[in-house]
Amino acid sequence: MRGTLSDRMGAALLMAPLLLFLVLAYAWPFLGVVKWSFTLPTPGLGQYQALITDDLVQSVFIRTLRIAAIVTVVSVAAAYAITVVWVRGTPAQRLIAEFCILVPFWISVLTRAFGWVALLSNRGLINTWLQSIGFISEPLTLVRNEFGVVVGMTHFLIPFAVFPLASAMRSLDERVLLAARGLGSSRMRTFWTVFVPMTRSGIIGSAMIVFVFSLGFFVTPAILGGGRSVMIAELIYLRIFQSPDWGLGAAISVVLVVFVGALMALLFRYVKPKQLV
Amino acid sequence: MQQPGRAAEIKAIGIGKSFGSFRALDNLSLNIGRGEFLTLLGPSGSGKTTFLMILAGFVQPTEGKLLSDGTDITDRPAEQRAAGMVFQGYALFPHMSVEANIAFPLKVRKKSATEIKKRVGEMIERVGLVGHEKKLPSQLSGGQQQRVALARALVFEPGVLLLDEPFSALDKSLRGQMQAEMKRLHQETGTTFVFVTHDQSEALALSSRVAIFNHGKLLQVGAPDEVYDRPDNRFVAEFLGEINMLPLKGVKPADNGSTGLCEDRAVSMHCKAEKVRGDAILAIRPEHMSIAREAAAGENGIAATAIASTYLGAATKLDLTTRQGAKVTVSVPNEVAAAALSKGNSVWLTWPAEKGFLLPEGGQ
Repeated sequence: MRGTLSDRMGAALLMAPLLLFLVLAYAWPFLGVVKWSFTLPTPGLGQYQALITDDLVQSVFIRTLRIAAIVTVVSVAAAYAITVVWVRGTPAQRLIAEFCILVPFWISVLTRAFGWVALLSNRGLINTWLQSIGFISEPLTLVRNEFGVVVGMTHFLIPFAVFPLASAMRSLDERVLLAARGLGSSRMRTFWTVFVPMTRSGIIGSAMIVFVFSLGFFVTPAILGGGRSVMIAELIYLRIFQSPDWGLGAAISVVLVVFVGALMALLFRYVKPKQLV
Repeated sequence: MQQPGRAAEIKAIGIGKSFGSFRALDNLSLNIGRGEFLTLLGPSGSGKTTFLMILAGFVQPTEGKLLSDGTDITDRPAEQRAAGMVFQGYALFPHMSVEANIAFPLKVRKKSATEIKKRVGEMIERVGLVGHEKKLPSQLSGGQQQRVALARALVFEPGVLLLDEPFSALDKSLRGQMQAEMKRLHQETGTTFVFVTHDQSEALALSSRVAIFNHGKLLQVGAPDEVYDRPDNRFVAEFLGEINMLPLKGVKPADNGSTGLCEDRAVSMHCKAEKVRGDAILAIRPEHMSIAREAAAGENGIAATAIASTYLGAATKLDLTTRQGAKVTVSVPNEVAAAALSKGNSVWLTWPAEKGFLLPEGGQ
């Protein structure tokens, strides 16, 4: 339902400071980046041509999409399980789930990345322990590769995946689940044929949030990838700060922003914004 | 489609349910006959819905036993009871088409695709939803959603169909239509129907028997005319419709019923004074009382003054006060009410001996 004109004016006024901030701090500088992408080092579409032909850029793009896809599937699946417990568990289970969801927000992404290094490195806790019980003789390579990146990113993104799912599960009519069981459907079958399809909008929203987040990840892949599994944000950083090639860095940024923008547009065609919180 | 013999017979023995310290149901015993249309009637919080949920298997009773065709099903989970259920608000699967909703219980039972198609088709025809097969529930009207819910609950030929206030969301005219439809479905399928409502006229219109609940207790079970005309207690009498209550003194058995004194005038009742002696309450439905200029000797009557009237179209509701201050309401022809009011003075209220019944003094 649409509000009256004065309602909408009021809402616009309340949002104005945030919009102004976003324009000054993001949109305006970004226009500068767009300009660079067409003008550095020489005016023209040269940087975009380089982007299409450069093998390194392409392999980084593909790796980024692959890691984002894996992280999305794993995060949403794990978040789904946690959210079921959080929304439908006993009071004690809910408390534990809530704790698991909220605590990660209090620890910085950097701290968590180094935490994973401590756990996963060759002389880290997991390898030491597995060797001490004689399960493996040589340490497993768990970090400074894609595996480490996926683990770190998944861990970071699960809490973000929880909220759209929780919103979908909370708005679900309990009687529909009772109806399914009353009609002879087992709990398992009810879960897969009724509960999961009814939370579809939450799954889509959750997957989109995780995927878009993953595309722009910087700190976690930089630390847990150890330079061997470079993702797109790290590539941009390298182009701007290490091999001064601002034009190419800017062109990659523009492509990333346009791609994410297109994904968000697609998302909001299927899911209403209010279903995501 | 349904062999009448397949309808289930359900026996509840001493069923009780407590939620913490709240007693939702207390020592309820009830037999639900094969193929009968039983209505559970009561105000909200009376325990009627809790009992339905126990029958469905969604709520586990704290004590008591539940038998279906002689088999103990008390501990059997809902999905193994094979009771069809129609929920308040219908609880259709929002992501499935009309067809898929109705096919769901058959798919769960692993019926063949051809059988599912045939039976879903028959059911859609039976409830008048042809042409809506591919629609989602959100694209249907309330009445159509109701039909889908009924079809889905009946398509697997359950031994018993449980209905939880299915008409509460419908407007009045649609309600009447759906009630007629449900009565027809009951006759066609021959299945046992257990129907929960708080609407007494719906209960009286639909059921073969009515069970009246209050505060977690089953107060009375009987055919609609039985509970309406011969309620066991004050709550049942009042809940089933408007009723006049007059204090009665010196009640004692007589040749063909009982007698007593109503505002110092002797009155007689056909009902027996089994449960009451001495002081009691005489209860008479408004439609069974008439206005007269005077009461003949031996006729049941009491003097009263008309104070207000409400025009109802077909009749007029007339409010009166007796000499000793009891309030009485009667339903009389319009011209009688006008005459009684215009006189503005004393009239007589009369009633046939078979229409008055005795209730114990005070309490329920």
